[in-house]
Amino acid sequence: MTTLLQVKDLQVQFPAAGSGLFNLRPRKVSAVNGASLNLAAGETLGLVGESGCGKSTLARAILQLTPSCGGQVLFDGTDMNQGNPVDIARLRRETAMIFQDPYSALNPRQRIGQILAEVLQVQRKVPAAQIPARVGELLELVGLRAELAERRPGSLSGGQCQRVGIARALAVEPRLIVADECVAALDVSIQGQIINLLLELRERMGLALLFITHDLGVVRRLCDRVAVMYLGQIVEEGPVHEVFTAPRHPYTAALIQSIADIDPARRLPQDPLAGEPPSPLNLPSGCAFHPRCRHALPGCGDTAPPEHIQGARRHACVHPQLPC
Amino acid sequence: MTTPLLQVRGLSVIARTGQRDITLVDRLSFDLGEGEILGLVGESGSGKTLACRGLMRLLPAPNLRVEGQSVRLAGHDLLQLDEAGMRRLRGRELGMIFQNPSSHLDPLMRIGEQIAEGIRLHQGASRREARAEAIEVLRQVGIPDPQSRVDNYPHEFSGGMRQRAMIAVALGCNPRVLIADEPTTALDVTVQAQILRLLLELRDRRGLSMILISHDLGVVAQTCDSIAVMYAGRLCEHGAKHEMLARPRHPYSAGLLACHPAAQPEAVRMTTIAGQPPLLDDLPAGCRFESRCPQAMPLCRQQLPELLEASPGHRLACHTPLLAGGLS
Repeated sequence: MTTLLQVKDLQVQFPAAGSGLFNLRPRKVSAVNGASLNLAAGETLGLVGESGCGKSTLARAILQLTPSCGGQVLFDGTDMNQGNPVDIARLRRETAMIFQDPYSALNPRQRIGQILAEVLQVQRKVPAAQIPARVGELLELVGLRAELAERRPGSLSGGQCQRVGIARALAVEPRLIVADECVAALDVSIQGQIINLLLELRERMGLALLFITHDLGVVRRLCDRVAVMYLGQIVEEGPVHEVFTAPRHPYTAALIQSIADIDPARRLPQDPLAGEPPSPLNLPSGCAFHPRCRHALPGCGDTAPPEHIQGARRHACVHPQLPC
Repeated sequence: MTTPLLQVRGLSVIARTGQRDITLVDRLSFDLGEGEILGLVGESGSGKTLACRGLMRLLPAPNLRVEGQSVRLAGHDLLQLDEAGMRRLRGRELGMIFQNPSSHLDPLMRIGEQIAEGIRLHQGASRREARAEAIEVLRQVGIPDPQSRVDNYPHEFSGGMRQRAMIAVALGCNPRVLIADEPTTALDVTVQAQILRLLLELRDRRGLSMILISHDLGVVAQTCDSIAVMYAGRLCEHGAKHEMLARPRHPYSAGLLACHPAAQPEAVRMTTIAGQPPLLDDLPAGCRFESRCPQAMPLCRQQLPELLEASPGHRLACHTPLLAGGLS
């Protein structure tokens, strides 16, 4: 499979609040701190991590919706961080995003048909005369009746709104869709419907999907590969089945242990992970995870962990294998 | 079993809109034993939260009202009490914690004072005693260095610590029943596991009874003793946890279980429940799950099934229950 997206050592910083009087002591938050990942055409990559670890910022920086301050975002071989307006316009035509809250992602005053037609007009995907027909097609593609084009978001359910969000993303006929927590706000029975829809669309259209979530159970069902993020860095990446059965980074292991399983015989983990993530304003030295890590060695606080690459898997830890 | 600690009979929550009454929670009945954790599950809008707010008589809007036979707790009938009597009981007998700790803690008040306030009001303790008690409660909920943390404001706490602080506020008054409304939904998985473990410890140490409201069957499976499933304002099944998870008999319970991402991991497609719950202002005459039910038969369309005891300790509201063998 050809690589569609390659992110190399991406850095995103924001100015922090409380930077002193007249901004004399500027402080920066490193939301994404040297993250790297690859996504092949037609592949689904799950991006997981705790809230605040920089998942959404990374996604927005990939789509050039948030400026990055270092590293590369190679989309189809072009570095979009250095991209000229023509490159960025191409990125906009070939990528799309699906958001977490389906209600706030849609304009409540527009009809569903207008919401979809607007994308088609702006991106000039089809001649003006064919727009209504294409809107109908898109709605059918996501399993909605074409009559819904006349309705407004307020009269649709959450699941239906999320389907409209997906239809809007599909309107540009993208090669890459970034879905940011797109099922988190939905009930389980509806969540399954949306995941099945994404699975089906991926097969039918050969879409690459970057699926951001904090729900590891969903990743196991939907994704080919998974990247685990902690405090702005990717700590482990690999095929979903391998990572879930034998995690190599202690953080991944703790996350997988904490999944609330429906098996009543399984007990709650004793203490999967001590404490809570430190503030990104004040990142720990060396390995960012070392203060919470039960396998930390004395040197972990001094030097950044080495990266181990074994086959399709990659993880950043002093230990080449997860210690027992 | 001895007399249950909390006995709810026919509890309804009704909304008045214009000239019409809409029943949001319909004749809920259940018992909660001493030290029991009951998981109340269902999709959003099924009435889980309203039912619990109704039994505390803490309804969020003035057009809502509670009706019912009785809600018995510690020798009182909560439905007969006047507002002053109810206020004495709330906090002391019945504590509640919420989904979003940030919006339920006063941002302008120190954590310690928020805990101490209830202790002073309910137990008549002095300021000094209440403060000492607040430190002790903070220690019990696992806040490190409680002596100095007691003077922090909520914004100085992380999300998980705020949830611990809210649990401390509820525990300060030493309630016998704690209602936890989606206590871990806003938290990350690793912190969620810590908070659930804390709730289990509190039950073991203090004999606290709990109603845990959740939409996540995984959370319920790991903490509760019994599970009650709500759909469109009604209880559809209630039984012991192992029974409910291994052999759900209501098609909706079975469907919810099958929808969980951890169920049937080998299958390529996820199981879903087709369709959507009915609108509460336009309810069908028969079973509310009928339009989505794979088992439905003509009777389901005509007659609302009542919640009846199907086997000892297992109640079910269905005309066409699944066989005890699970999904048929």
